[in-house]
Amino acid sequence: MRAVPYLAAGGALIALTALAFAVGRYPVSLSEIFSLVTGQGVSPNVETVVMQVRGPRVLGALLVGAGLAAAGTAYQGMFRNPLVSPDILGVSTGAALGAVLGIFLSQEIFIIQLFAFAGGLAAVGLVYWIGSRLRGHDPLLALVLTGVVVGTLLGSAIALLKYLADPYNQLPAITYWLLGSLAAISPKDIGYSLPLVLVGLVPMLLLRWRMNLLALPDDEARALGVDTRRLRTLVVACATLMTASAVAISGIIGWVGLLIPHAARMLVGPDFGRLLPLAMLLGAAFLLAVDTLCRTIATIEVPPGVLTALIGTPFFLWLFALARRTW
Amino acid sequence: MLNAQKLAFGFPGRTIGRDVSFALMSGEVLCVLGPNGGGKTTLFRTLLGLLEPHGGEIQVEGISLKSLARGEIARRIGYVPQGHTAYFAFTVREFVLMGRTAHLGAFSTPGRKDREVALRALESLGIAHLAEQPVTEISGGERQLALVARALAQEPKLLVLDEPTASLDFGNQVRVLERIGALARSGIAILFSSHDPDHAFLCAQRALLLSEGRVLEIGAPRDVIRPDTLERMYRVSVQVLPLPGGMHTCLPGVRP
Repeated sequence: MRAVPYLAAGGALIALTALAFAVGRYPVSLSEIFSLVTGQGVSPNVETVVMQVRGPRVLGALLVGAGLAAAGTAYQGMFRNPLVSPDILGVSTGAALGAVLGIFLSQEIFIIQLFAFAGGLAAVGLVYWIGSRLRGHDPLLALVLTGVVVGTLLGSAIALLKYLADPYNQLPAITYWLLGSLAAISPKDIGYSLPLVLVGLVPMLLLRWRMNLLALPDDEARALGVDTRRLRTLVVACATLMTASAVAISGIIGWVGLLIPHAARMLVGPDFGRLLPLAMLLGAAFLLAVDTLCRTIATIEVPPGVLTALIGTPFFLWLFALARRTW
Repeated sequence: MLNAQKLAFGFPGRTIGRDVSFALMSGEVLCVLGPNGGGKTTLFRTLLGLLEPHGGEIQVEGISLKSLARGEIARRIGYVPQGHTAYFAFTVREFVLMGRTAHLGAFSTPGRKDREVALRALESLGIAHLAEQPVTEISGGERQLALVARALAQEPKLLVLDEPTASLDFGNQVRVLERIGALARSGIAILFSSHDPDHAFLCAQRALLLSEGRVLEIGAPRDVIRPDTLERMYRVSVQVLPLPGGMHTCLPGVRP
């Protein structure tokens, strides 16, 4: 019984992946994909479309979706706050500022990643520091509002960089990238991002039991034997690394990190060890579905961030209206 | 087991109590009585190493508290805080299992033995039937019992309970007090606070009267719980009545 949500999510993910390879401007049949996977000969056109065009994009969607969902799950658990996510905490904007700075300075993808990580970490550190000093306010709201305010500040720094950027070379790259898109992901991007996402993921998987205790009031977790400050710092670093790696290749794609952990928690409860794998499966499937829809519903591509926002905004308001009873 | 010497305690930048000295032996129950704001919770948090002492020395099993890591403290001292805010809907079983954390490696998850210990803790408090209920959906009293079960799952040598009976009905109050007595007989040292002096008569060997951050008196309940000490602490008139069988009970003083 306990395996049902995982099998369903895994099955949906496989079906969606096959579908994502098949549909598009150049349709590929499922039998052709099957032939390619099993090593039988297919036409070079099909091979190019599947391996070069759709391959990195599909992989990118899976990676970014799973990474953002995992980061969101970790942030919500450790800040004891079901209303936070990488984008609401300002991590995404901080990482984006770092990445934009990297593009502005014409740096390599690896340096851009590094800048994104530093930017994300600085943002979440600042938000948490300010949020925890706003005593006498509802702590859930204090953290959310601080995140939004700091995010706005970082957004204006991004605007400044755009203003200063070279309008012919850099500005279009920055603007396009900020929109949030999976279209331009190259195999090289995947090669840089995947290891970083894994580096962030491994400690979370190992610490999955202790993570649960961060959801308790601090005093209780400490009395139960957890060095909360050290654990929280480590997990923040991991979740931020995952967010930054995702943002560095896809730009800001909002809401995934808020929406998906909730969906997963409704299915399997709050235990982090069970929650994290399901959130990653759902996140990967969700973003892949969104991206596939974005490149097929119209003759021009719709940025995936637009679609996730259309789904995410009402969802967030609904959560907010429910206040703090159901999670 | 626990030894506090000339302890000063409080929050960063604000000392609220000083000169608190007492020792607690294994198998002994010490009840801390005192008015609201008298510093009971702050004292307990300091004894657990959750707040830095402002002076003095705390020793657990002869070892200075400040030289112990969090996990080492948690294997010795269990803590039942006063009420609990539940943010996420963990089941009571998962919640009680969290008590096993200090016995697990950083990367491990609870095993069969841990689950057995947790289940025994639930059964000993009569709440095994709540095991699969989310902690967010049980009553305040049931949650209080779950907190006690979680501390028992820690298998501590000293149990610190901050007003464990505060939100319980009469039956559950008696159950928790009986449980405290049984645990002490099994060799655990117990430190608990209460608003009801009768609780000290019922299950404590000694009572510590804490008023305005200082020890007013410490000793056997029948020696220190007197009309004059209670009136000094609570500023109401009280009579302490002997009952048949050597027990005592406190009643508000009757003023015709």
